Amino acid sequence: MSKKVQVQARINGEEVEFLCEPRQSLLEVLRDELGLTGSKEGCNNGNCGACNVIMDGVLVNSCLVLGVEIQGKEITTIEGLAGPEKLHPLQQKFLEYAALQCGICTPGFIVASKALLDKNPHPTEQEVRYWLAGNLCRCTGYDKIVRAVLAAAEVNHEERR
Amino acid sequence: MQAFDYASARTVGEAVSLLTQHGERARILAGGTDIIVQVREGRRSVDLLLDIKEIPEVNQLSYDPINGLRIGAAVPCYKIYEHAEIAAVYPGLIDAVSLIGGIQIQGRATLGGNLCNASPAADTIPALIVLRATCLIAGPQGTREVPVEQFCTGPGRTILQRGEFLLSFRLPPPQKHSGARYLRFIPRNEMDIAVVGVGASVVLNEAHTRFVSARIALGAVAPTPLLAVEAGEILAGKEISEENIQRAAEAAQAIARPISDMRGTAEYRRHLVGILTRRTLQGAIQRAKKEA
Repeated sequence: MSKKVQVQARINGEEVEFLCEPRQSLLEVLRDELGLTGSKEGCNNGNCGACNVIMDGVLVNSCLVLGVEIQGKEITTIEGLAGPEKLHPLQQKFLEYAALQCGICTPGFIVASKALLDKNPHPTEQEVRYWLAGNLCRCTGYDKIVRAVLAAAEVNHEERR
Repeated sequence: MQAFDYASARTVGEAVSLLTQHGERARILAGGTDIIVQVREGRRSVDLLLDIKEIPEVNQLSYDPINGLRIGAAVPCYKIYEHAEIAAVYPGLIDAVSLIGGIQIQGRATLGGNLCNASPAADTIPALIVLRATCLIAGPQGTREVPVEQFCTGPGRTILQRGEFLLSFRLPPPQKHSGARYLRFIPRNEMDIAVVGVGASVVLNEAHTRFVSARIALGAVAPTPLLAVEAGEILAGKEISEENIQRAAEAAQAIARPISDMRGTAEYRRHLVGILTRRTLQGAIQRAKKEA
């Protein structure tokens, strides 16, 4: 019924152009059109945070953004965090602290944590917990996740970028 | 998800014309945190989602001590609480915008969307009502301004007519010796929908011994958020005392028409109205005293 729309955006530093239907969420566009399957679909209604991406510097649930809405915007997904040489400090600390079990919530937690550290490089434990209140982990590994984020915050700010 | 068309309006006129053409088959897209879920879950059927975020008027966010606060309908929550001056002058509004959803929701969810979605439990509506906020509505006949307490007509229903949409809110500058507070009750610390929400604002005399005026508004205890007119009027001219605050709380309880659902029974909600009215009044008084 509705025609596909052409959209241009910058995703993980690269200019991309794609066609999508208005009803496709940004999450669906990332996963199904662009092959970026790091962002996960959990609840698909804004409660779980597994699909978190950063849009023009703001943390959002990509299931609650339409693909057509990202025209001209800059998106960072989990795939945009690590450099070619090594993991992002958050990823490294999540591994070191075993801050994951099944792993489905992990990309969302890491992207959300990146948005936090970009804004507040040295958060308190309480700030980390409140910030991550919109991310659900069904394996209930919250404590290790919080410790991993606090440890990543200790890593030199320069190194983290 | 059902198929629909998407359009992004750049001017108020363009939006009004598309809305007039499509009537109820078009819905506004601002933050999308309610409408996208409603369409996806089949709770609402649309032909067109009309994105208004490119319209300058809905992105306004400005405060000055003479004209007060103007907030565009599409301004997301985080921009309001991150604005240092606005946060300092309107803490009663910040109470509400900072507890809607998590950070991811606050990055997108808008003040206008919270009102237009017209949930009886919407957190910002009681806060806006007690701050005497008005809505500027654009439509085929031009613009009109209505108080927030008159905007919702039932769950999910508003006074908006064919072709109309919410442009912005205007909040008067706070009076001297005034304060406001919004509190909700939820059975956990974060990320939940209000069992009951109450907003209160007070203006005190210079000596901070009496109420000059007060406003109290209730959420989640009726089909729409309610301005508890009598509960506020009872306090006008009265001494600040536990007894008078209790009388206002009882007057607020008297107009609550709660239902029983999975979040709580009607009786429990009525009880909470009393508790939260007292607490928000005390919080508003505290803020009024500090502000002086």
